[in-house]
Amino acid sequence: MNEALSSARQLGLVSCHDCHLLSRMPKVTGHPVVSCPRCGGVLHQRKPNSIMRTWALVLTGMIFYVPANVLPMTITSAIGSTQADTIMSGVIYFMHHGSWEIALVIFTASIFVPFLKFVILIYLLLSVQFKSIKRPKDRTLLYRITEAVGRWSMVDIYVVTILIALVKLGFLANIEAGPAAIYFAAMVAITMIAAESFDPRLIWDALEEQHE
Amino acid sequence: MEMCAQPPLDGAKKTMHQIACHECDLVHSIPPMPTRAAACCVRCGAVLFRNKPDSIDRTLAWTIAGLVLYCVAVTFPFLAMKSGSIVQKTSLLSGVRNLYQQDETILAILVLLTCILIPLIQMLGLLYVFIPMKLNFRVKYAVPAFRLFQHVKPWSMMEIYMLGILIAMVKLGKMATIVPGLAVIAFGLLIFVLNFAITAVDTHMVWERLGSES
Ligand SMILES: [Zn+2]
Repeated sequence: MNEALSSARQLGLVSCHDCHLLSRMPKVTGHPVVSCPRCGGVLHQRKPNSIMRTWALVLTGMIFYVPANVLPMTITSAIGSTQADTIMSGVIYFMHHGSWEIALVIFTASIFVPFLKFVILIYLLLSVQFKSIKRPKDRTLLYRITEAVGRWSMVDIYVVTILIALVKLGFLANIEAGPAAIYFAAMVAITMIAAESFDPRLIWDALEEQHE
Repeated sequence: MEMCAQPPLDGAKKTMHQIACHECDLVHSIPPMPTRAAACCVRCGAVLFRNKPDSIDRTLAWTIAGLVLYCVAVTFPFLAMKSGSIVQKTSLLSGVRNLYQQDETILAILVLLTCILIPLIQMLGLLYVFIPMKLNFRVKYAVPAFRLFQHVKPWSMMEIYMLGILIAMVKLGKMATIVPGLAVIAFGLLIFVLNFAITAVDTHMVWERLGSES
């Protein structure tokens, strides 16, 4: 194979995850810790245990997704009555009050994006595990999108915290965060770490193994 | 879409430096690039390297502007809510304290970290690395400081908080008047200014400088 079109791993090189310096991977057996000669960061040719870690985090995130959507996100109490709202009932509230744009933003960020992230990450994991060689460029793009949009799911949590800060006893109404808030925040954080722990270079490794 | 010059693959001369794509691991030799040009991976299209002019000065200027805005955003009133004769004011920090007092400790920590502390860590980290580079002296722990700056980036969520403010204003707008305070404007500007500061950072240059010092 042409040396110019080789991956660092094929050439016995390793790229530092932090400072991107290319250095030669020492040929040692076992699992010693090799550090980058420039920045001292720990070197790995691929993120360690990437597939298993990502699976574990995706599954945990999916478990948290259930209470995050089923339990109430906010509990509003006005004189004598309390009302519990889930994420979906919040979306429906905005739809009925004419703010369909806001309904769409909350639905997309809180319900659709996390769901899409689970689907994409599971698809990427399976495609890597089955050594798929189909459309690696598109799969890398899918990964990039997943990594970039996940944070935006946090928006509903911020809405809840701002409502709590502004609506207090003085208004004869009180808003509290419901039990779903913690599950939801944890779910967003866990899926962010899941996307981060997936190594997109694994997508391309299957192609190189085909050529060898 | 931005312009992406594809780096030539053949021949590694002295003036070139080798870099592996962080998304597909393909090794490229990158020649000296024209100002503001980006080199993209020939296989997956990821940006490998970008030539950023005046990185040190621009990063420092935007970061200092950001710190000024940050002080305003943290100390001044954020939002005020008027309903009849009752006025309820909140600032970024008092909002966090409210959450804490209502036993929403985890949410309080979440807002404190993602919208207040991590943006500050980013700016202080940049100053800690870039001021010594500008004035040509060395500091200890510049490497871990810059590494920290790189790693906290996805957890800085000011722009998402801003979207949350807009949604909360619409939600409460039905029952009360919401008056945005000076801090919201500073906060909104800070999102852009911090983003400019981070974009001005020439990561490659920083690591070369930090690497040659040790
Ligand atoms: Zn690539």
